[in-house]
Amino acid sequence: MNVLAKATTSLAAGSRRSAAATAALVRHSSHFVYQPDAKAPIDGPTQKMNMFQAINQAMDIALEQNDSALVFGEDVAFGGVFRCSMGLQKKYGKGRVFNTPLCEQGIAGFAIGVANTGAKAIAEMQFADYIFPAFDQIVNEAAKYRYRSGNLYDCGSLTFRAPCGAVGHGACYHSQSPEAYFAHTPGLKVVVPRGPNKAKGLLLACVNDNDPCIVFEPKTLYRAAVEEVPVAAFESPLGKADVLRAGTDITLIGWGTQIHVLQEVADMAKKQLDVSCEVIDLVSILPWDKETICNSVKKTGRALIAHEAPLTNGFGAELAATIQEECFLHLESPVLRVTGWDTPFPHVFEPFYIPDKHRCLAGIRKLIDY
Amino acid sequence: MSFIRTAVRSALSRRSAFFRSVKHLSTDAAQPQQHAAGGGSNGAKFPGAQQASFVTAPKLALPATMEPLPIYRVMNSEGVIEDESQDPKLDQGTLRKMFRDMVLLNTMDKILYESQRQGRISFYMTNFGEEASHIGSAAALSIEDWVYGQYREAGVLVWRGFTISDFINQCYGNAEDQGKGRQMPVHYGSRKLNFVTISSPLGTQIPQAAGAAYAFKLQPNNQRCVITYFGEGAASEGDTHAAFNFAATLDCPVIFFCRNNGFAISTPSAEQYRGDGIAGRASGYGMAALRFDGTDVFATYNATKLAREYVLRENKPIVLEAMAYRIGHHSTSDDSTAYRPAEELEVWNTVEHPITKLKHYMIRRGWFNEDEENEFVKSVRKQVLSQINQSERIPKPNWREMFQDVYQEMPQHLKEQMREMEEHVTKHQEHYPLKDYKQ
Repeated sequence: MNVLAKATTSLAAGSRRSAAATAALVRHSSHFVYQPDAKAPIDGPTQKMNMFQAINQAMDIALEQNDSALVFGEDVAFGGVFRCSMGLQKKYGKGRVFNTPLCEQGIAGFAIGVANTGAKAIAEMQFADYIFPAFDQIVNEAAKYRYRSGNLYDCGSLTFRAPCGAVGHGACYHSQSPEAYFAHTPGLKVVVPRGPNKAKGLLLACVNDNDPCIVFEPKTLYRAAVEEVPVAAFESPLGKADVLRAGTDITLIGWGTQIHVLQEVADMAKKQLDVSCEVIDLVSILPWDKETICNSVKKTGRALIAHEAPLTNGFGAELAATIQEECFLHLESPVLRVTGWDTPFPHVFEPFYIPDKHRCLAGIRKLIDY
Repeated sequence: MSFIRTAVRSALSRRSAFFRSVKHLSTDAAQPQQHAAGGGSNGAKFPGAQQASFVTAPKLALPATMEPLPIYRVMNSEGVIEDESQDPKLDQGTLRKMFRDMVLLNTMDKILYESQRQGRISFYMTNFGEEASHIGSAAALSIEDWVYGQYREAGVLVWRGFTISDFINQCYGNAEDQGKGRQMPVHYGSRKLNFVTISSPLGTQIPQAAGAAYAFKLQPNNQRCVITYFGEGAASEGDTHAAFNFAATLDCPVIFFCRNNGFAISTPSAEQYRGDGIAGRASGYGMAALRFDGTDVFATYNATKLAREYVLRENKPIVLEAMAYRIGHHSTSDDSTAYRPAEELEVWNTVEHPITKLKHYMIRRGWFNEDEENEFVKSVRKQVLSQINQSERIPKPNWREMFQDVYQEMPQHLKEQMREMEEHVTKHQEHYPLKDYKQ
């Protein structure tokens, strides 16, 4: 409750777009319990951090390591509406950490230009819901720059960060998970961290990667997710899924916040149904780790995919189709998707909208009994 | 016809106003603006408009009360320099290159347009009537300056040394095309010549140019600015608004070069905007602006040179608006007689033509040799025609290039898709034009 209250306050402070989002602070009990990473990604001293602090540290490292690196977006100068860029302008100056005018297509276009010169651009979209004005720049320009120029020009040194996902009361425009729109765009890399370690490692990997990357950060984890994070710089590989717990009866696939729902569901399935679940964090939406997913499903014979975004054409559809094609002879039941409904993300109905642990557990029961 | 005379007359009558504005531009720019809190003389304190003062009667700010920005020009349609102080005094060699580059572009355009009509290339866009705005601006820049274009700026590439074979190989998308045959014709790019590869979506390059200029500004001892070209139609896109505002607020050394040629495909500029063109928008963003005759190579040269000095000295953007007329059709997919009268075209194709004007000037200086120029046109024609024959025979790139450069390194799923296509092509080769592609 406390955790969610904090997250709520943060969203309220951050939201200046919609009075509706701040007017009624309806607080629901959290739909997930954060499960810290069991093992630090690298050896060495660690520090207890939440996700916004880990992201802040990653940007600090990126600015420190690359003289050309710039951090910009709406309201990043004072620290960002989610506190991710706290203290960075003070440390690196107004030239390198700065506010832009309120215009997402401008932020994206500007970032591409910065990256064309080889400088590193770390650009923030205040909410993933507001990335759509930049869709043309990201899809037609950033994603195709290297290809269309025959590798004469590229914008590989750019990274977009965008808070995404359900937060309890974000309604239509502070809750969206738009990863599937971008997964349909060759040339982009798209990742979603599940917590502080992953957020730090993925962000640094994206900054140093030579292709344009988008990091969708589940905003409900900014404060709620706390764990030990190595102080030193490290990168989490792009395009690699993480098997978070091994199991034999069914493969559960998710990313972002949903991973924590699925881990709790795995416990419930064990206890209530004596079903052994293998839980996989896909981490990387594009390119995605077909090998890890298909190896798991070939072993368990069943797959459940869960994501907050709507069902139709959600990224679960891509996974289900590929699993069907690659694991056909191993499947003992259809591949099931437990997702948000094909509606806009609602305000007061959020508890009925999200693919919570009860819907996921019911899904497991259905597949086991098939 | 009378419309042109009126325009010329009004431009002349505003000359004195123009010089005041240039003076204003160069002196005022050196002094940082005052941003005192409550700067209005009678104490207005709103953070959103700190320079404004209160008034006691409402006064609508009507566009009609604003004086349109004048059109700067150096020579008239007879090639006479109207104010000697404005003669850029370019040497004969430079002028000759300017003239010949314009003629080369014009000649190449005519032949490539025809070759599209014969179905030899899939698409083409000519530059007729805008040759001076390309060459004049390119000549005033350093080759280190980055260029972001729209698609009708091939003259900038001509000036910088893109060769006839570079142009034609791109149009054919053959194995010699640096873009590897992936884009439509006229989507040129050159790393060597600092000309960022053209893309079709309009206006997208404009905020990118601002970003590149910002990155250059932060480099130590920066001597490099960025210029971005776009038409008056593209200026209606949201990206143009974004770019103007970002460049102004973030102090980017970028030149926004608008080619206002009166049409966006069939849409006349009267249906594109109601304000004072594109340069008239600059002050709303807090930017400097200069409008000039884009059919006058000297005016274009002087304006761009002044703009370059300004943006690099001040680390501020500027809007240039080159007034011209799109003489050719929009593209080979367009027939412009469907939406504009032929008589109008005739004027722009003769007396108001940029190449004719420069030719008149050169004749006056005694720098023009009719026979030599005819010989030059003939030799360009020959080069273009022989290059077409040659480019046609060069095979297209290996079809596997289709899968390269999507990412810097090919990811696993693309490797699999390429392998799948390899197997398919091997099995069904008779259905694919393999002989046209490099093996």
